[in-house]
This record gives sequence, structure tokens and C-alpha cells, in this order.
Amino acid sequence: MVSRAERLMNLHILLLGARRFLDKEAIRRACYPDHPDTPAGDEAFERAFERDKDSLRQIGAFIEVGTTDAYFDDEVGYRIPTEQTSLPEIRLEADEAAVLGLAAQVWQDATLSRATSRAVAKLRAQGIEVDAQRLEVMPPSIASTEPAFEPLWDAVQKRRVVTFDYHRGAAAVASRRRIRPWGLVRTSGRWYVVGHDVDRDAPRVFRLSRIAGRVRASGKSGAYDVPAGTDVRAIVRAFDPEAARVRAELLVRRGAGLTLRRRAESDRPAPADVAPGGDPGPWDEVVLEGGVEQLAGEVLSHGPDVVVVGPEVLRSVVVDRLRAVVETQGASR
Amino acid sequence: MSAAASGPETAPDQVARLLALVPYLLARGEVRLDEAAAHFGVSPAQLDKDLRLLFLTGLSPGLPGDLIEVDIDALEGEGVIRVDNADYLARPVRFAPAEATALIVALRTMLDGAEGEARGVLERTLAKLEEVAGADPETLLSLHVDEPVVPGDDLVPLLEGAIARGHQVRLDYHVPTRDERSQRVVDPRGVTRVENVHYLDAWCHTADGDRVFRLDRILSAEELDTPVEDPSRRPRDLTQGWFSDEQVAVVTLRLEPPAFWVSEYYPVLERREGPDGTLEVALEVASDDWLTRLLLRVAPHATVVEPEGRTTAFVAQARNALRLYGTDG
Repeated sequence: MVSRAERLMNLHILLLGARRFLDKEAIRRACYPDHPDTPAGDEAFERAFERDKDSLRQIGAFIEVGTTDAYFDDEVGYRIPTEQTSLPEIRLEADEAAVLGLAAQVWQDATLSRATSRAVAKLRAQGIEVDAQRLEVMPPSIASTEPAFEPLWDAVQKRRVVTFDYHRGAAAVASRRRIRPWGLVRTSGRWYVVGHDVDRDAPRVFRLSRIAGRVRASGKSGAYDVPAGTDVRAIVRAFDPEAARVRAELLVRRGAGLTLRRRAESDRPAPADVAPGGDPGPWDEVVLEGGVEQLAGEVLSHGPDVVVVGPEVLRSVVVDRLRAVVETQGASR
Repeated sequence: MSAAASGPETAPDQVARLLALVPYLLARGEVRLDEAAAHFGVSPAQLDKDLRLLFLTGLSPGLPGDLIEVDIDALEGEGVIRVDNADYLARPVRFAPAEATALIVALRTMLDGAEGEARGVLERTLAKLEEVAGADPETLLSLHVDEPVVPGDDLVPLLEGAIARGHQVRLDYHVPTRDERSQRVVDPRGVTRVENVHYLDAWCHTADGDRVFRLDRILSAEELDTPVEDPSRRPRDLTQGWFSDEQVAVVTLRLEPPAFWVSEYYPVLERREGPDGTLEVALEVASDDWLTRLLLRVAPHATVVEPEGRTTAFVAQARNALRLYGTDG
């Protein structure tokens, strides 16, 4: 019994640098001795071969598909051209190589961290010595704890249609969505998937934390192309008002709100007659930038020590959320 | 390295490593097993397995002569790797789209928070890698990260330096539950990252006890010339929850979807599905003030299931805050 890793190696070597396209029969004879010449064996071979091609592409091989016969173009063959499949030589200074060692630490989830490690191993193959100790840089640490991340990232790579249930807004019932995912964006600490909503026939943005249950991919790989010039980051900003960044004008009670003041653009005493809701303070005028939702959470956490003056989008989010608490939980006083 | 990244290895992972290993071995001619293992960040035992697989592969699998040659005697005897008859694998495979994307986006994210000399290094590295990854924009998949720079991360080199030299540190620290600042002198022991936040574990001379400080709440830090009192003290394991020294109460919260992040951000003792698509989690809570702030932050999407009576302060605070907007709800 040939192990899968052994089979993949042999398939790669067989196709690598082949002068002509090799048809499936030749490939099967060379690399798939465990699949017998029966209808069931044929089917198992087809499945295994498809999966193996996908795996080789995932680790970087460029598999060229062409016809094996100059006169009849119905016989499909495969090869891996050496030049297109090989990593161009890259020369890195010692400090540049040190940076690579830190890059793999950025991703806290298995998929992206493995992909980064594989890329770094290819550079090590060229003899580059990666030593993270040489540089005093603090890599950020990015988690993707949402279970939807992995299947969506996989679908983005393979260009496969996905289906999932989505909560629009905070409390609404989940509805079934079908999209062609174009890409993933993280902003203000949240992951979004951008794609073409098949049923609505328009681009849409979905927050991963609001996806309920499993994400299912269906259909073939390479089912669509991402339209040229698509800027997924700009789409997220345009679609999700909560991802928009605003300049917040706040009143902060003197002596309170240190976490807000640290990031403030300006922080100065408010005029003595400033008294929101009749509260004389004293207050300070603090201005800082941030995502609406993130700022709203921070403002709320300070309770009656912070008041939003503007913009209205932030002020109304905060007021609505406070009102909801008083209305739903205030009765049990 | 994160725990998530250490899952079982797949066959493609192993093949990817073999295809990187062979060019390295061919270029070096002869390499010690332990040296090669260290170079690729795997155990010598794993590398030994890799080589025994490599030995079975080649141009005509099943036929001797055309297989890759691995000098098993040298491997078993001297712990030295010699590989031959593999010239067609002399060059590593180019980056797959997902690999190029993951590496380049990681570096771009580091660049966003970097300053000074490190910034220059990152820019040079990125320029070279982007060139190798290919001018074709299709090579990079769509993945964008705008990671907010966490205040306090810039203190890590200073604190690590003080720990390495065994020096005390003076901290200007913000105590959020009382929203006040305090000056302390501490013996730093270690810096740990839990989720997205860095913590300093230290002996605090001001409080005369073990304390854990969140780096994003350290307003300033200064390394002193004075040595720490007991350099042999090792840092504590903070990943098991950082309230361990304090009086804690267990509180069960019911979270609506917008507040689900709470269950990922704080260590939870227990989690179960609640009614109407909610999530119920049990948390260790060290102070009422902390709980009130958390409930306000996610308001109105979290409620206390038990114990009863833990929401009075929270609702009162919400009502007082609402009054400041000239409305009573």
C-alpha cells in the first residue's frame, strides 16, 4: 500500500519537467498501483487523482493541462513545467530573514499559520537562515476564532460557492445566503467576508461572527472569477456602517476615562457651563478616532462618566443601547 | 507558536516540506540530521521519517535505479544526510497563492504597527517577497487586515530588557475598575500574551504581593538600576486565568450574538446554548465594578442569569448615563 504522501511525491516528480503531456492512463500506471482495473477502481482513481491535483496546486505546483495528441484534441494530459513551478531565487539580508521568523507568529489559527510556515520553508530551501531573535519587533497576534473562517478561506482559494445562515442585525432571525466569496477582510477586530450574493445578484458583506451554524461549500472549484479591480476592503467600508471610522467628540468626566484619553487627538477642559442632562461635571472635551461599534462599546463601558456629543451615528447607537437596557431590565429593579 | 497550529500534519504538509528539504540538502551536499531538523523547525525523528519516505520516491516508482538515493548507513551511523539522484528537485516550488497571501499579509500587518528601523526592514522584505510572489495580481488572494495597534505593545522590548537584566521597573498604571492611576515599583518576571492582550507578571512592592498588569493599561514604564529582590522567581502561568490570586465569584451570563465575543475574549468555565439562539457562559468575576463595565460595554446584549441581584448597579449606571443625554428613556 502506497501512502498518500508517497503518491503525491511520485506524482509531482512524474509530471515535473515532463517534455510532453502525460495522459491519465500513463499517470495511473506509474503512480496509482493500488487502484484495480474495475469500475469501482476507475472511480476511486478519478477521485484520488482530482484530490491529488488539488493538493499539489495548494502547495504551489503549476499543473499545465493540454492535449497529448497533435491530431486529436480529445485526449487530455498533464505536466508541471519546471520554470513556472520553481521559486525564483531571492536574496535576503540577515535582518530581512529575521522578520520572516516573526511572520508565522502573526496568525493564531492553523490554516494561515501553516501556509505562512510553508512559504518560509521554501525560502529556507534556498539556504536562507531565519532567526527571529535578531530583531526587536513585536508581531501582532491575529486570531480567527469564528468557525466560519476556515471554510470561507478555503472557498476563496478554490473559488467555490458557499451557503450559510446569517443573522442580519442583532436580533433578527437567521436567513439562508448563497455567495461566491471574493475575499476576507479584518477591520476593528472583526472578520468580514465579501462576495457576490447569488440570490440577490449583487455584492454583499457578511460579518463572520453573525454566521450561524456551518458554512457549506458546493459545486466545482474555479466556479467563478473575482471581477477585475475588486477592492474588498472598500466594499466592507461602504456596506457596514459599523466598520466606518469616525471622529468622536466626547465629554469625559474629569479624572475618568483614561483609556479613551490615551488615544485622544485632543483633550481639554470643557467650558464651565457645559452640563449634559444638568450634570455640572466638571467635564473635559476629548476627541478621538475609531470604528463606530468599538467606540460605542468603550463609551458605554464608562457609564455616566462619558457622553457622546457627536457624530450623530455614534450618539444614536449609544442612546439606543442604553435605552434598551433601561426598558428591558429596568423593570426588575 | 499557537496551540491551534500544532494539529496533526497532513500528507500535503509533509510533501511540501520534502520539496523544500531536497533543494537545501542538494545545495549543502552533506548535512547533519539535527542541523537540518533545526533549520526546518521539525524534530530529528520527523526528519528521519521524511527521509525514509523520500527514499521510496523517484522517477519510476517501484523500479530500483531511478529512485532518489538517501544514504541510510550514513543517516543511521553518523547522523548525516546525503541525498543523490534528485537533481530534478533542485529548486523549491514557488509560493502557492494561499502561502504568498498569508506571508505577505502577515508582514503588511506587522508593518502597520512598526516604527523606525524595523519599519525599514519590513518594507525591504515585503518589496522582495512581493516581487517573487509574482506581478500577477491573481497570485495574491483577497485577504486584508487592518489591525488596530494595541497600546502598550511598544513596552514589550523595554520590559523584556528589564527582565533579562534583572532590574526593577517603575510603572504608571491605570486601574480601570476604579478609573484611577497609580505609581508602583515592581520586580518584573515575565510578559505573556493571552488572546490579544499582553500581561506583565510581577511582584508589586507597592501592593506587597504578586500582581498581573495589562500592558495596555500601563501609561508609562521606566527601567530602574536597582536589581529585583529574588531573581530566581519564575513567571506564573497566566493562560489559566489571571484572577487566581483574588476573590472570585462565578457569574453566568446570557449572551446574544453581538456579545458572543465575550466567550472568546475571557476564559469561560462553562458554556452552553441558551434560549432563542443565545449563549450562556459562566465566568470568574473578580469585582462587581468589572462586571458592571462588561455589561455596559455589550449592553443590551448580555444579562446575568445567576446569581440574582448582580445587575442592580449596571441598570442604575445605564439609567444615569441615559439622563446625561437629556432623556429618561
